[in-house]
Amino acid sequence: MADLNIQEIWQLLDDIKDPEIPVVSIVEMGMVRDVRVDGQKVTVSLSPTFAGCPALRVIQEEVTRSLLEAGVGDADVRITISPSWSSEAITPQARNKMKKIGLAPPPHHQGSIALALMEPVSCPYCNSTNTSLKNDFGSSLCRAIYFCYNCQQPFEQFKPL
Amino acid sequence: MDAIQDYLLGLADDELILGHRDSEWCGRAPILEEDIAFANIALDEIGHADLWYGLLAELSGEDPDTYPDRLVYFREPMDYHNIQMVELPIGDWAFTILRQYLFDACEQVRLEALAHSQYTPLANIASKIVKEEFYHYRHTSVWVQRLGLGSSESHLRMQNALDDIWPYTAQMTQPMAGEDSLVQAGIVPDSSQLQSIWQAKVIPFLQECSLALPDLPGMALQREEHTPYLRVLIEEMQSVARSEANAVW
Repeated sequence: MADLNIQEIWQLLDDIKDPEIPVVSIVEMGMVRDVRVDGQKVTVSLSPTFAGCPALRVIQEEVTRSLLEAGVGDADVRITISPSWSSEAITPQARNKMKKIGLAPPPHHQGSIALALMEPVSCPYCNSTNTSLKNDFGSSLCRAIYFCYNCQQPFEQFKPL
Repeated sequence: MDAIQDYLLGLADDELILGHRDSEWCGRAPILEEDIAFANIALDEIGHADLWYGLLAELSGEDPDTYPDRLVYFREPMDYHNIQMVELPIGDWAFTILRQYLFDACEQVRLEALAHSQYTPLANIASKIVKEEFYHYRHTSVWVQRLGLGSSESHLRMQNALDDIWPYTAQMTQPMAGEDSLVQAGIVPDSSQLQSIWQAKVIPFLQECSLALPDLPGMALQREEHTPYLRVLIEEMQSVARSEANAVW
């Protein structure tokens, strides 16, 4: 089987979805930090969003399986925390996809999360900023819970990190 | 075990045991939001323990994918190096919140220093963890205010919790065995400096929350010494893994 080139590998990775946010790919989430191709050997470096994220191992296995199924002879999928992942790495496309499923994307923070948390949060359903934080923690490590007083719906926000 | 391995084991065990205590509120927290919050906090702590155990594995020539599980699920309680403060039972909500707050505040101080460690892998882990710990500290400090300045009952429970926990807090910044050489090499911060910074951070805050600092000395404790509570915790935590020691998870 012909060796895959690096663009094909990236395409393959872009087909792998985040198990907890199934509309976005791990590439759009900024989790894929590095891809190297050396003949039949492919090395992929993944960065976890949150250190305790239970989806990380699942993603690692899925990447490995995907590479092997595509004919890669030696798939080395490693986890790296340096440089550490930031929510700033989430692409604009991924942010739009999150909104569509009722998940408010993380505010841009440029390194200061405390300041970013002071910004009003828009409801992903109706765009109103008449919203309120209900819980700093949500259904997964990356989420906080808000309520929109305008359309009277709860929603989650991807936490800035 | 050399000084850096000992240091990492202490950090990792603290996170793991505290994370386990945090998880004990699952299904039992006073309100649903806190059930969710503490499940998250517990998982974060365990994730942080995993990072420290992983680095310890690399330094010990062990497989970072399997060594943490062996350390967590197959060590005897006496071989754990956590501080006693984190192994104490969850108590009431005031105790849990205060213990978490005091630990979170110390972590902020320690991690900010470790992020400048001359040993890059250690600095990288500290930098990663400190970002997540921000949310813990934010959460627990607000609860300390809420309870300290709340009703007469909440205030009394907080004061009782502070009276109970305070003597254990000194161990958080007690130098670990062999720490001097690590401090000299700029790998870890000086524990006595951490203690001053931590005290400057928490004491005024506790007083603002109308809590009185107990006039009690800090206990000098060795990380190998444990209360009887740790054995009960470890037996429960390890029970599933040990029931089928060769299972593949």
